[in-house]
Amino acid sequence: MEATHVHGAGHAHGDDHSHHPKGIMRWITTTNHKDIGTMYLWFSFAMFMVGGAMALIIRAELFQPGLQYVEPEFFNQMITLHGLIMVFGAIMPAFVGFANWMIPMMIGAPDMAFARMNNWSFWLLPPAGILLTASMFVPGGAAGTGWTLYPPLSIQMGIGMDMAIFAVHILGMSSIMGSINIVTTILNLRAPGMTLMRMPMFCWTWLITGYLLIAVMPVLAGAVTMILTDRHFGTSFFSAAGGGDPVLFQHIFWFFGHPEVYIIALPAFGVVSHVIPAFARKPLFGYTSMVYAIASIALISFIVWAHHMYVVGMPVAGQLYFMYATILIAVPTGVKVFNWVATMWRGSMTFETPMLFALGFLFLFTIGGFTGLVLSNTAVDVQLQDTYYVVAHFHYVMVAGALFSAFAAVYYWLPKWTGHMYDETLGKWHFWLSLISFNIAFFPQHFLGLAGMPRRIPDYALQFTDFNQVSTFGAFGFGLSQLLFLYVVLKTIRGGEKAAAKPWEGATGLEWTLPSPAPYHTFEEPPVLSEAKGHA
Amino acid sequence: MGINKKTQSCLAGIALMVWSRMALAAWEFNFQSPATKAAQTVIDLHNLMMIIIVVIFIGVFAVMFYSVFKHRKSRGHQAAQFHDNTMVEIAWTVVPLLILVAMAWPATKALLNMRDTSQADITIKATGYQWKWGYDYLKGEGEGIKFMSLTTTPADQIRGTAAKGGNYLLEVDRHVVVPVGKKIRMLTTATDVIHSWWVPALAVKQDAIPGYVRDTWFKAEKEGIFRGQCAELCGKDHAFMPIVVEVVSAEKYSQWVGEQKKQMAAAADEGGKTYSLNELMSRGEKVYAANCVACHQANGKGLPPAFPALDGSKLAKGPKKDHIAIVLNGKPNTAMAAYGGQLGDGDIAAVVTYERNAWGNKTGDMVQPADIQAARK
Repeated sequence: MEATHVHGAGHAHGDDHSHHPKGIMRWITTTNHKDIGTMYLWFSFAMFMVGGAMALIIRAELFQPGLQYVEPEFFNQMITLHGLIMVFGAIMPAFVGFANWMIPMMIGAPDMAFARMNNWSFWLLPPAGILLTASMFVPGGAAGTGWTLYPPLSIQMGIGMDMAIFAVHILGMSSIMGSINIVTTILNLRAPGMTLMRMPMFCWTWLITGYLLIAVMPVLAGAVTMILTDRHFGTSFFSAAGGGDPVLFQHIFWFFGHPEVYIIALPAFGVVSHVIPAFARKPLFGYTSMVYAIASIALISFIVWAHHMYVVGMPVAGQLYFMYATILIAVPTGVKVFNWVATMWRGSMTFETPMLFALGFLFLFTIGGFTGLVLSNTAVDVQLQDTYYVVAHFHYVMVAGALFSAFAAVYYWLPKWTGHMYDETLGKWHFWLSLISFNIAFFPQHFLGLAGMPRRIPDYALQFTDFNQVSTFGAFGFGLSQLLFLYVVLKTIRGGEKAAAKPWEGATGLEWTLPSPAPYHTFEEPPVLSEAKGHA
Repeated sequence: MGINKKTQSCLAGIALMVWSRMALAAWEFNFQSPATKAAQTVIDLHNLMMIIIVVIFIGVFAVMFYSVFKHRKSRGHQAAQFHDNTMVEIAWTVVPLLILVAMAWPATKALLNMRDTSQADITIKATGYQWKWGYDYLKGEGEGIKFMSLTTTPADQIRGTAAKGGNYLLEVDRHVVVPVGKKIRMLTTATDVIHSWWVPALAVKQDAIPGYVRDTWFKAEKEGIFRGQCAELCGKDHAFMPIVVEVVSAEKYSQWVGEQKKQMAAAADEGGKTYSLNELMSRGEKVYAANCVACHQANGKGLPPAFPALDGSKLAKGPKKDHIAIVLNGKPNTAMAAYGGQLGDGDIAAVVTYERNAWGNKTGDMVQPADIQAARK
């Protein structure tokens, strides 16, 4: 979306790097953090559409009891690919895209620390996306195991499973390289005078997320490699017949999987910590406690993994430990929510689209957090594990949490990226349609779970019909609302009211000292930080 | 207004339809009615947590919405510039912590009770297969009873060519019968992939893991039929392996045990019998329909590549010995289960005979129970 602004303002030095390739080669060979950020964001949106279409196939089949549109095998493939594509293809690349675009501008750096590796981190993604989607078309179809890939079921699958494993390997490499890059950039390329505790909150969340990624992605790669060798090379890591244990996989997977939740959530917290102060025209409340809260959430996230496995039959002492540790996460999470509310308190608020999405995030993410607290209670979880209650819970966290925050980020930074203001009326329509249809889609799923509907089934008993129908209506509404988002973004790229360098009255930070659109190269010389230009 | 009579009556009709549909509909939104003390405990715990959560939620968002309505620029509110308050921050760290500790106490009690499987009156093992449950009564009254429990929801109800019955997807041919008021210890295991044995009204859910045995327990407080489903994705027909527990009085239970023992004695006495091809074929067709049809399909064409065809296959037309061996022992790392432990000699003989003569496989072979008995050795 930056193509037309390559030679934009801000190139007074005569050194305008105009010899870079044009057309498609520009994008393939680029080492520019803004180009790469843009590609991450478009890739993420494309995957979001693919994963969303799969979600609608799932919801269409669940509109009524009985099998109508798809066979159970295909249904299982849809839930697997929907999960993998949304987590690894849509949400994670979106936040890496924001990091690429914004972190160098926020800390006054000319680019990312490893510019060539940055290119490679992005270009690993399309092959992985293709492997995942193409696995639907091979004999036996895609993996039908759910995104958790539990053996021995994953041992039974066809070649689609191997493709998913390779896709996970590639995505993992991309994430590790991306996060090494982000961590190095933040630690080494900050403008003089920007101490860690003066850094914008988005950088803090990404610094910690980067470490989480580096710690857990190799663990996931190890787990899926063990499945691969069990499948093809005669090992028995997960087969009792050969001395292994299927539950071992679950421990390894969730040792990755739980920090993964925070890998997605922390950058979302970072975005919200910029948007709320900007539109409340008031500094973020409790910056220091926010940093400590993020760090403690990240640390605790490593020691709670088995709360995903309360019914595998672990010792009761294990269940008690994981319950207590999980309950503990509510404390720093609560601190964050209280800080955001206190930031709004006695502010001077306006409600442009980014603020609306941030408030939507706050409200719905808190619901997701509370249902998480319900699920942390082992005795209650025994009734709710693997039901639609869990599906509702993590969609409140992932969609109303991470995705709404990503929408807030796009609307907030779109003027900086494109040089144009987006259409505020359409943005607000997008927000309200998304908010209402999301709740119609997912709130009833709490009831379905409580009443006893298992997840991952293509057909259900008759007493679950009504709420499933409501949910399907909401899901289609939510899916269609996202086409409006695409339209708003395209419209903004093509034109619209010229954006000022700082289009938001209350925004703070170095990125707003740059012209809009941001020139191709920024901060080739580090900015001088005044006392006032501290953290966001 | 310009709405004519026809539109009016049409709208009224739609409204009536929607209303009657809502009135008839189930709209089940909470836990199923509990049949054990543990299930009641879960409901009480959940209610307690919901009260605490709703109160906190309303408190936090009352503050936020007050702020949203009062502290807005359009009302001319000037932004304050405070950004720290140590006392407040300590308070909202410590108070939630105390609330959480208070919530952890009843949760711990409930969990310790849930996990105490000692001193059971009857022990039953539930074995998960793709896609059915098998039950062995291991200890207590009824020891030795053993059966498979298969879904009875007909395919045409699932495919929408017949009206769906009241217990659609939640009905099986043989219930797990247990006496009321007795502590039942359930062992769970599986032969192929991970399943999960779940009956909501009893508040038991325990993963069934191949190669390992786990346990849980329940003590039903009332008689009745309680229905559940497999709760761990186990492949294609995960949605179609229900669990039905029937809780009866002690007398009725003893009577049921007596009947089961008699039937089992009759079935065990098959080794020496020989059957005609017609007898084997008609019995084999039934066994096939109950056990094999989900993967290999009614027409024997299977669903390749995961589930191979039997019609015209090398196995079904080749030596009898290999065919029998694979039915008895299964095929590792595939969905093909070992039926040696699930079916008696008569049933296996019948189904092998059926597979060797049905569709285009007109081999004319006959397999007798004695052949199976020999192959087991």
